[in-house]
Amino acid sequence: MIHLIAWSVALVWIIPFLGVFSTATRPASEVTFGWWQVSPYHPTLDNFIKALTQPTYSISKGYLNSLIIAVPGTLVPLFVAALAGYGFSRFSFPMRDYIFLAIVLIMSVPAQMVAIPVFQIMVNANLVDNQLSLVLLHTAWGLPWIILFMRNFFSALPLEVEEAARVDGASDFRIFFRIVLPMAIPAFASAGILQFMWVWNDFFFALILIFNPDKMPATVLVPHLASGQYTTDWGVLTAGSILVLLIPLALYVVLQKYYIRGMIGWTIKG
Amino acid sequence: MGETGAVERRGLRTFTLFGRRRGGFRLVGRFGPRTRKAAVRSVFFAPALLFLMFLVLYPVLQTVYISFLSPTGAPTLGNYRAVLSDPETINPNLSWPPPLGTLIHNALWAGIHLPISLLFGLWMALILREVKGSSIVKSAIFLGMVTPMIVGGVILRFLFETGPGIVPSFFEAIGVHSLAISWLNYRETALLGLIFGSVWLWTGFSLIVYSAGLTTIPQDYFEAAKIDGTPPFRMFFRITLPLLRPMTLVIITMTLLWELKIFDIVYAAAGPTGGTRGSVDVLSLQMFNYFVQGSYNLAAAVATLLTLLTLIATVFLFRRMVRS
Repeated sequence: MIHLIAWSVALVWIIPFLGVFSTATRPASEVTFGWWQVSPYHPTLDNFIKALTQPTYSISKGYLNSLIIAVPGTLVPLFVAALAGYGFSRFSFPMRDYIFLAIVLIMSVPAQMVAIPVFQIMVNANLVDNQLSLVLLHTAWGLPWIILFMRNFFSALPLEVEEAARVDGASDFRIFFRIVLPMAIPAFASAGILQFMWVWNDFFFALILIFNPDKMPATVLVPHLASGQYTTDWGVLTAGSILVLLIPLALYVVLQKYYIRGMIGWTIKG
Repeated sequence: MGETGAVERRGLRTFTLFGRRRGGFRLVGRFGPRTRKAAVRSVFFAPALLFLMFLVLYPVLQTVYISFLSPTGAPTLGNYRAVLSDPETINPNLSWPPPLGTLIHNALWAGIHLPISLLFGLWMALILREVKGSSIVKSAIFLGMVTPMIVGGVILRFLFETGPGIVPSFFEAIGVHSLAISWLNYRETALLGLIFGSVWLWTGFSLIVYSAGLTTIPQDYFEAAKIDGTPPFRMFFRITLPLLRPMTLVIITMTLLWELKIFDIVYAAAGPTGGTRGSVDVLSLQMFNYFVQGSYNLAAAVATLLTLLTLIATVFLFRRMVRS
């Protein structure tokens, strides 16, 4: 009985995705009476090709732009936050815990709260319509929780190795780069996958900083796929949605262990 | 912290003594290495602080600042007065078909979405302990959390629109014609449609956190209680629920933050203006529209109000966590 309930919930939860898949992989004429009509079913990639090669808002370009933003937008904050997180876990200085608390509190601030000044900064720096603006912004925005995450990770590491190295005269930097960083690779995986997804999935920051369709990340292009002349071309829209969803989904499937660990570590320890 | 601190202090003291013994450079001996060390160590924090100062702290303060300025630059409380008395924020005519105002919409979102996703996630986490292949069920429910919210919004529109949507067709099939409509086009149904739809997207969060929490409860507790003949519901309220308290707090806070910040879903599902006559408009979208129109001061006031709400939710979590 419990099995039946659990599996039917899973089924209900998956139905929207089935619908999207069914609509995206068939010609529009076959889904006129609902995507759940499964005969005839002529699989086609036309919708995907249309979404990828759409003249102004092509998802293939969006893909590239998203990667240009998300890869450095993940690696830079990971490194910067690892440094700071290590500092918070190992060095004591006045007001340390208050500064740390303030940084953690930043996590709750909504993106809208920085939108206007950030936009003005980027206009002054001539970085509007430049993906660098998003890399910088996502770095700053990802830092608080990655610092928290890395600090918790470093605090749980045994001190002995580092102390031994310190006795041998190794500097703080040497210890950090030679001993601590290699040990932190699993933590980087967990934090990195969450940060990458956050940047890839971001919509708001890209919406206010990128106006040139050639520079837009994939998420910002998605709503544009919908604007047909009179009716929505659901085939192209669902195909585009699948394409944008594919990357985070693939990451989740492949790195599920790290993803969940990052998620739980971030929330429960947070 | 205590242990690290002790190591630090010991390290520093030997260093200072060493400097003194070499003689002569007393000042260097006492301050030099310490200052040098502090300088080296501040390098660990410098990049992070730079990013946070320029792209978080300064913008936040600047937003607060301009929220108290009139468009001409004079200090004023007028933006807040204008925003709070605007029917777009709180509709004085609070009767059912929305728009009820962005603030009320966000509150409704929290009032409906939070309990449903929390309790449903808890319930699923509990029953999934005894289900074979539970990881597949969990993954299915968790899909919504992986989905970019902009895509989530597109899918919600897809679900609720007559034609492609299975929801109107379902109601058509069971004969409820009043709901066999494009939900998002009607003020009566749009907001509820999006709220219920967002349960679909977000339940995975509470499910995963509760599932992880349940694995941390030692089985002995349940076995001991079972031997004592404790009825299951009592076991749940006396053992399971209290031990899950930290998870509950985290889920409540994160869910509240998510509901307050909700933007992409509404934008994708109902368009940048927030649906028919703003029937699904929310605070973040209201801020965005002021921003697009160039009404920066009003936009800043909305953003500040929104941030105030998220801070209240976060402080609630902190205080509860410190207490327990």
